[in-house]
Order: sequence, then C-alpha cells, then structure tokens
Amino acid sequence: MDKTLEKTEIKESPAAPAQGGKLVISSSPHFLNTESIPKIMHTVVMALFPATAASVYFFGFRALLLILVCIGACLVTEYAFQKIRNKPVKIYDGSAAITGILLAFTLPPGFPIYGAILGSVFAIGVGKMLFGGLGYNIFNPALLGRAFLMATYPVLTTTWVEPRTVQKAVDAVSAATPLAMMKFEGKFAPLSDLFIGNVAGSLGETSVIAILIGGLYLRYKGYVNWKLPLGYLGTIAVFSGIFWLINPAKYPSPLFHVCAGGAMLAAWFMVTDMVTSPTTALGQWIFVICAGILAVIIRLFGGLPEGVMYSILFMNAFVPLLNKHTRPKVFGEGYKVQ
Amino acid sequence: MAENNTSLFYEFKKGLWQDIPPFRLVLGTCPTLAVTNSVINGIAMGLATLFVLLGANIIISALRKYIASQVRIAAYVVIIALLVTVADMFLAAKFPPISKSLGPYVPLIIVNCIILGRAEAFAQKNPVVPSIMDALGIGIGFTLSLATMGFIRELLGFGSVLNIKLLGEWFEPWIVMILPAGAFLVYGGLVALVNYISSRKTPGTETL
Repeated sequence: MDKTLEKTEIKESPAAPAQGGKLVISSSPHFLNTESIPKIMHTVVMALFPATAASVYFFGFRALLLILVCIGACLVTEYAFQKIRNKPVKIYDGSAAITGILLAFTLPPGFPIYGAILGSVFAIGVGKMLFGGLGYNIFNPALLGRAFLMATYPVLTTTWVEPRTVQKAVDAVSAATPLAMMKFEGKFAPLSDLFIGNVAGSLGETSVIAILIGGLYLRYKGYVNWKLPLGYLGTIAVFSGIFWLINPAKYPSPLFHVCAGGAMLAAWFMVTDMVTSPTTALGQWIFVICAGILAVIIRLFGGLPEGVMYSILFMNAFVPLLNKHTRPKVFGEGYKVQ
Repeated sequence: MAENNTSLFYEFKKGLWQDIPPFRLVLGTCPTLAVTNSVINGIAMGLATLFVLLGANIIISALRKYIASQVRIAAYVVIIALLVTVADMFLAAKFPPISKSLGPYVPLIIVNCIILGRAEAFAQKNPVVPSIMDALGIGIGFTLSLATMGFIRELLGFGSVLNIKLLGEWFEPWIVMILPAGAFLVYGGLVALVNYISSRKTPGTETL
C-alpha cells in the first residue's frame, strides 16, 4: 500500500501538538479520550452500590459478607493467574471486582461461603483468565460462575429465604421466589413487593428500584447503550405479553416478568457487558431479542423457574458470529470497478 | 538382540506417556467422557478395551499378509466385533453391575478409534511381538487415563474413591463432576496438564 495513504504529515498546522513540529495523522481512531478501563469499571461499581445497599437492607450483613467474599476470591484468582503466567497484574482495574459483585448478586442469601469462593474461582479462572483475560472472554464470567454453581450445588443454589429474616440466622424462614411460586404454585407475587424488592430471591436481584437507579446512572454516564437493556426488557415484556393476553389467569403480566427474578439486573449489568455483547447495532438487536425470547420460553415452559442466566449465556456464544456477519459495509465496499 | 529389546520396550512405553491415547492422541474420547464418573467404571472400560486391542493387534498382525488391502477395514471390523462380543458377554456374565453401568459403551468399543487406529497404523505393518507390546502399552495407558479421570470425578462428585468415602461429612459433593459437563472440564484440564508437562520436559515439542 502507498505509504502516503497510511500516514499524512501536515506541516505547521496551528493545532499541531509539539511532535517535532509535525502533526502525524495515522489511521483512525483519532480521538484521545480520557476514558479508561479503570474509570469505566469504577463507575459500574458505583452503579451497583444502590443494589448492594438494598441487599444488605433486605438480607442483612450476611449479604455484605457474601459480596465481600466473592470480590476477594475474584481478585485473588485474577492475581494468581496473572502472576503464574508472568502477565502484568491488573487487578486494580475493577473488572474482577465487578464479576465478584455480580456473582454474589445472583446467589441466594444463605449460600455457604466455600461455595461462593468456588464460584468466584471458576468465574475468573475458567470464565475469564483461561480465555486470555479481560476482553477475550466469550461468556459473561459472573454468569458462568453462577451456572457452574447451579450444576455443582443444585440444592444450595435454589434454597431461598424470606427477606428480613436472615439477621437472626437461626430462624431464617425459607421461602419460594416469585418465579418459583408462579411456576409451581400458580401464585403471582404483588408488583409493589417486586418493585421494592421485598421478596425472596438472590441477593441483588430482588430490588428493581435499586437496580434501576444504578442502571440509569450508568446510562447518564454514557456507558450503557440503551438498545441493550431496553431491547432485552422490551422483548421479555412483548413476548410474555402475548401469552398474558391469551390467558391472564395462567400467565403473569409482562410487568411481572420484567420485575421478577434476575431480568432487571441482567438487563442493566450483564446484557450490557462490553466484552460479551455484540458491537454492531443490528447484532445488538438480534442479541437482545433472541435472549429475551429465550428467557421467557425457559420461564414459562422450561424445567427451571428462571431463564435469564441461560438465555444470556446461550446468546453470548453467538456474539462472535453476530459481530462477523452484521459488520456494516465499509464506504465503497461492494462497488464494482467497471 | 539388545537393540531389539529396547525397541520392543519403546513400543510398550510410548503408549504410557508419549502417545497416551485420550490426552496426546485425542483418540477414544467418547468412552473417556462417557463412562468415567467412577474409578471402577473407568478401569473396567479400560481393561475391556485393552483386551479387545490386544486380541485385535495379535490377529491382525498375524493375518497381515493374507488380508487384501482393498478389504482390510471390513476385515478389521469383523475381527474387532468378534472380540468385543466376547468382552461384552464376559462382563455381562461375570460382572453384571459393571456391565449394566457401562451400558452401550462396551459394544461401542467396536467403533473406538484407538483399536482401528492401532490396527491401521501399527499391527498391519509389524510382526506379532511388537504388536503385542504396542497393544499393551496403548491399552494400559488408556486404562490409566480412564482411571485418572474416574478418580478425579468420583472424588469431587461423590467424595469417595472405589466407593470408599474419603472426604468427610464437611464435603458437599460437586454434582457437576458426575454430569457430562464435569467430564469435559476434567478432560480439558488433564489435556492441558499433560501438554504443559510434555512441553516442559522437551522444549519445542509440538503441542496439540
């Protein structure tokens, strides 16, 4: 290729930085942004704070302990992998801490500590570091850790407690999640409880309002593409709404589906994972619509009460394919020279 | 004579590490993944395969001058099928519980690539004695591989080895280890480990 195409040198430009008096314009990107991985990650941690506070309010300090254990185990695992492989240690960029928080958010409040450590080690070790670290992982590490724990400890991961009873650990009242009640007993929890989070469920998934505050903060900061969360929740609402219109007595309302289980948390913090979601607009639409339909199908007709985790993991596998085949045309591409 | 002995020993030894079937040759992965949820299943499967492999190598190398090369695969399959039927009936008669837990995987030894692979790659070109050593080495290597897989999966999945409880009450079994997903996890980990050790032993070795 002609050298001048790659690198154009402009002499004596007024805006030229002091680089030997020359402004060197290389191939794009041209903007030097102040964004960095640590800055984005720390903003996400801030955005997770309301949900953390809600989990401590509803499930007591046991919830905080689980979150801290998961963060610690994730950081130690990442550190160990980077040391063994002689790679630069980057545990302070916050990505491992986010994986830890999100993994803890998907666990039941009474989950044992050793299980949380095992899940964190798997999430970071197998889910992220074996693929080559941040940016190379195919699957969302937190969800992968949760899926591993689901297969490893099927009973412990589905033993839920009534909110605000864990403080007195001896008489924590076991309870069913709204989705399990819907599936196995045909009862629908009131929407107001779901919205505030006063229901049995995973640590950080129950309080819709706390997650929404964090998610909107991320949107305000510009780190979330609105297509992903709204597309995911919208698909869940529309697709479950079809069944609700057919038989409102058997199928719960679209609002119930959006507020129950992990849908809200996943929509704002897992679907929007920058590494494991598609980069093109068309790819993102396909990703969220397929994931939303899958989640509703698993919830209504599958063997499990909750389908959010598997819907996202399943669609994560398609992300490289979506990125490849939905790439927009380069200007002039496909134009045939006469 | 001495040289002959060392080469015979080499034929035996290569199956134990250098060409260990599931991890280095990546052959016979189907039984490796399917029947290794306990040590005893792994060993039984390995020994059944060893028996078939030994018999097939002996018969095929003895008949190698009489089998027309155009029909050799068909001839090998008939020989292997005969031996597999013997192994299947023997297990069913003498060890019914093991035969039951191995299920269709004993008859499936017929299509195990290790056996056809050794027949094609070794027995049809070599005399009987080296073929026996080759079969013993590969067969024992396969048995050890399955036993290792079974050991890890049984230990983590049930907390026991050979049905003897090793880990106490404090241990919450990892159900995933006795599921197919656990087989893939352990298998991948062991392949990585074997590759890592061999690349350390001989720098520059091509890894899979």
